[in-house]
Amino acid sequence: MKVKELVEKFGLKVAAGQTGLDKEIKGGYCGDLLSEVMGNAGVGCVWLTVQAHQNIVAVAVLREMAAIVITGGSTPAPETVDKANAEGIPVLTYPGSSFELSGRIYAEL
Amino acid sequence: MTSIHKSYHVAKNDFIHAGEASIHVKNLLKSMNYNQDLVRRVAICGYEAEMNLVMHGGDGELSVDVNSERVILEVADRGPGILDIELAMQEGYSTAKEEYREMGFGAGMGLPNMKKNSDALKITSEPGQGTHVSMTFYNKG
Ligand SMILES: Nc1ncnc2c1ncn2[C@@H]1O[C@H](COP(=O)(O)OP(=O)(O)OP(=O)(O)O)[C@@H](O)[C@H]1O
Ligand SMILES: [Mg+2]
Repeated sequence: MKVKELVEKFGLKVAAGQTGLDKEIKGGYCGDLLSEVMGNAGVGCVWLTVQAHQNIVAVAVLREMAAIVITGGSTPAPETVDKANAEGIPVLTYPGSSFELSGRIYAEL
Repeated sequence: MTSIHKSYHVAKNDFIHAGEASIHVKNLLKSMNYNQDLVRRVAICGYEAEMNLVMHGGDGELSVDVNSERVILEVADRGPGILDIELAMQEGYSTAKEEYREMGFGAGMGLPNMKKNSDALKITSEPGQGTHVSMTFYNKG
């Protein structure tokens, strides 16, 4: 599944990183502790997190992720948006919990 | 392959630019068509060492030395140093401040990630002087 299909299917909002919407999603990961995510998330994953600050973008770039979904209704900080646009990493938002969204995505991947 | 050496300044508490040096290194190795698995391991280790400098250390440099056989990644800071390196290496050990924990730092997994993803890890530290982390990654083709 491509990131843009994920956006449509689950009603996600694209907050940044439009140019990366054609990336292919190879899996998923949930986590809010950055080093834990860095060590365990798979390459090409969509990452669900409540963290919305700028440092999530470096994690996504360095781990070669397909996209970040900020769950729980938060919106990305302006610095997060700028960085994600510069790096072409889609940052999506979802009002519900990581648990709920990951269950729905898991069933589709 | 000729050997390449690059160095990037990294500043303490600079969360705005944190991670950028590691992204530069990753892009450099990618442009050299370096082994993909090695590039990924260097990216993880660079990120963890760079964040540790920013969060716990002091101003310093992240540098990389590349030839066809191996990559050496070094991160040196002029911060407070690490008193007990063996303790710091333990998974879950962290002295991160509460405000950083709220940002998702402080799992105490950075150094274990560096150990797991490098072929050799050497940390030297002089309390009050700073910390020097050196990691080697062998190109297995
Ligand atoms: N450059 C450094 N200067 C001073 N202390 C350091 C440095 N790097 C690591 N430490 C010490 O070692 C501890 C463990 O580091 P480690 O990277 O494993 O975990 P952390 O940074 O606290 O959390 P995480 O990396 O999971 O976000 C730190 O909490 C800190 O006390
Ligand atoms: Mg750390």
